[in-house]
Amino acid sequence: MSKSYYQPEDLKKFPQITEFSEKLGNKFFDYYSEVFAEGALTAREKSLIALAVAHAVQCAYCIDAYTTDTLEKGCNEQQMMEAVHVAAAIRGGSTLVHSVQMMNKAKEISM
Amino acid sequence: MKNLKSLVSRGSELVHGATQLTHLGQATERLRGLPRFTEKLKSSSLSPFKPLQLEIFQINLGKMCNQTCRHCHVDAGPDRREIMTRETMQLCLDVLQNLPVKTVDLTGGAPEMNPNFRWFVEEITRQGKTVIDRCNLTILLAHEKYRDLPEFFARHRVKVVSSLPYYQKGFTDRQRGDGVFERSIRALKMLNEVGYGKEGTSLELDLVFNPNGAFLPAAQASLQNDFKRELKQLFDIEFNQLYAITNMPISRFLEYLVTSGNLEAYMEKLVQSYNPAAAPGVMCRNTLSISWDGKIFDCDFNQMLDLAVGCAKSRHLSQFNLAELSEREIQVDQHCFGCTAGSGSSCGGTLT
Repeated sequence: MSKSYYQPEDLKKFPQITEFSEKLGNKFFDYYSEVFAEGALTAREKSLIALAVAHAVQCAYCIDAYTTDTLEKGCNEQQMMEAVHVAAAIRGGSTLVHSVQMMNKAKEISM
Repeated sequence: MKNLKSLVSRGSELVHGATQLTHLGQATERLRGLPRFTEKLKSSSLSPFKPLQLEIFQINLGKMCNQTCRHCHVDAGPDRREIMTRETMQLCLDVLQNLPVKTVDLTGGAPEMNPNFRWFVEEITRQGKTVIDRCNLTILLAHEKYRDLPEFFARHRVKVVSSLPYYQKGFTDRQRGDGVFERSIRALKMLNEVGYGKEGTSLELDLVFNPNGAFLPAAQASLQNDFKRELKQLFDIEFNQLYAITNMPISRFLEYLVTSGNLEAYMEKLVQSYNPAAAPGVMCRNTLSISWDGKIFDCDFNQMLDLAVGCAKSRHLSQFNLAELSEREIQVDQHCFGCTAGSGSSCGGTLT
C-alpha cells in the first residue's frame, strides 16, 4: 500500500472508531443514522445536502460515500453538480462577503 | 457509446458461465474472502432452497436483439442468431396446456424478432393465459414490420414491460446505445396512442429501471414518482408501474465491472446488502425459465450461466415433469446476491 493520509479502504473502517471510545462512537452513529432518516426532508434531499457539505469540508471519504449514495437515491448528474455549486457559491460568497471588512478597514486607515 | 459487439463475437472468456462464476467467487483474495450465498441462505433458514408454487413460465425466445446494451445479462445483440424454433414453441404450448400457471413471460434478446412471435402469443392467449412481453421499445421502430406491434399487443391484452433506465438521454444512451432514448420515447408514445399506460384501458405498460453503473437502485416508489412526473411533463408520456432492478454481475455487466475495476467493491456491496426479508421472495421460487433451445432453468440468470436445473429427470421441455421439478433444489452461486441486495430484485421489481 502506498503511503498516503487518505486510503479508500479506510472508509469501510469508519464503524471501527468505536474501538477507542465505544460509548461516544455508538452515540455518534445512532445520531448519524437518525439524521439521515426520512423526516421533514426526504432521504434524497439529505443526501444531496451531505454531498454539498462533503465538498465544502473537502472530505474525500464523504465525497466517495455521498456520490454513491446520491446515485442510489435516484439523483442524476445535473442534480449532483448543482448541489456542489451551492457549496461553491456559499464558499465563494463567504470569501467575498469578508471583503466588506477589508473595504471597511481600508477606508478606516486611508485618506 | 461506441458500437458494442457481443462477448461471443469478440471471443471473450466471459462467454462461459463457469468462467463468470469463477470470477465472481474466486478471482481475488477479497472476493474469496466474501461470505458464500449458500451460507446466507442457511442463516436465513432457507436451506435447502426449494421452489414454491409455480406461477410464472418465463420463455427466452432467443438472443437476437437490435440493441447491444452494456449491461445485458444475455449477451444479446444483432450478431446473435440463437432463436427458438416453432417446434420448440409448440413444445412450450404442450407443456403450458397442462400447467396451472396464469402468466407467460416472454423475453430475449428482442422476443419480437422471432419470426413466430405473433403466432406464439396468439396460441398462449388462446389457452387463457396472460402474456408479458419484455420489450426494448426501439424494436417498434427498427423496421416497418414491427410498427403495428402496439395494436397487436392491445388486441391480445399483452402486458408490456419495457426497459428505460432513466427519464433523460444521458444515462439511457450510455447504457443502451446512442439514440436509444429518443427512439424509446417515440415508441412509448406509440404505445400510449393505442391506450397502453392510460387510465381506464387496462392495457398495462410498465417500465424497468436499472442503475447506470456499479451501484444499487434507488427506492422503487420514489423513482416511480420521478419517472411519472418527468415523463408526463417532458414528453406527455404515461405508464403504470416502474420496476427497479439490480444489475446482475454476469455477462456484459460483469465485463464492465472487471474492466472498470469495480468488481470487488460491487460484490462487497451486494453481499453486505443481503436482505433476509427479500430472500424468501426471489423469483426462482415461483418461476421456471426456458431457453431458446427448450432447456429448463431456475431463472434467466442461471440460464445464461448454463447452471442446469437440479432435476436430472426434467432438464428439457421434452421431459417436463412438474412433480419432479417441484422437489428440486434451486441452483445458487455468488451472482444470486444480486437478487437479495437492498430491497431485493426480480423481473417484477423490488421484493420488500
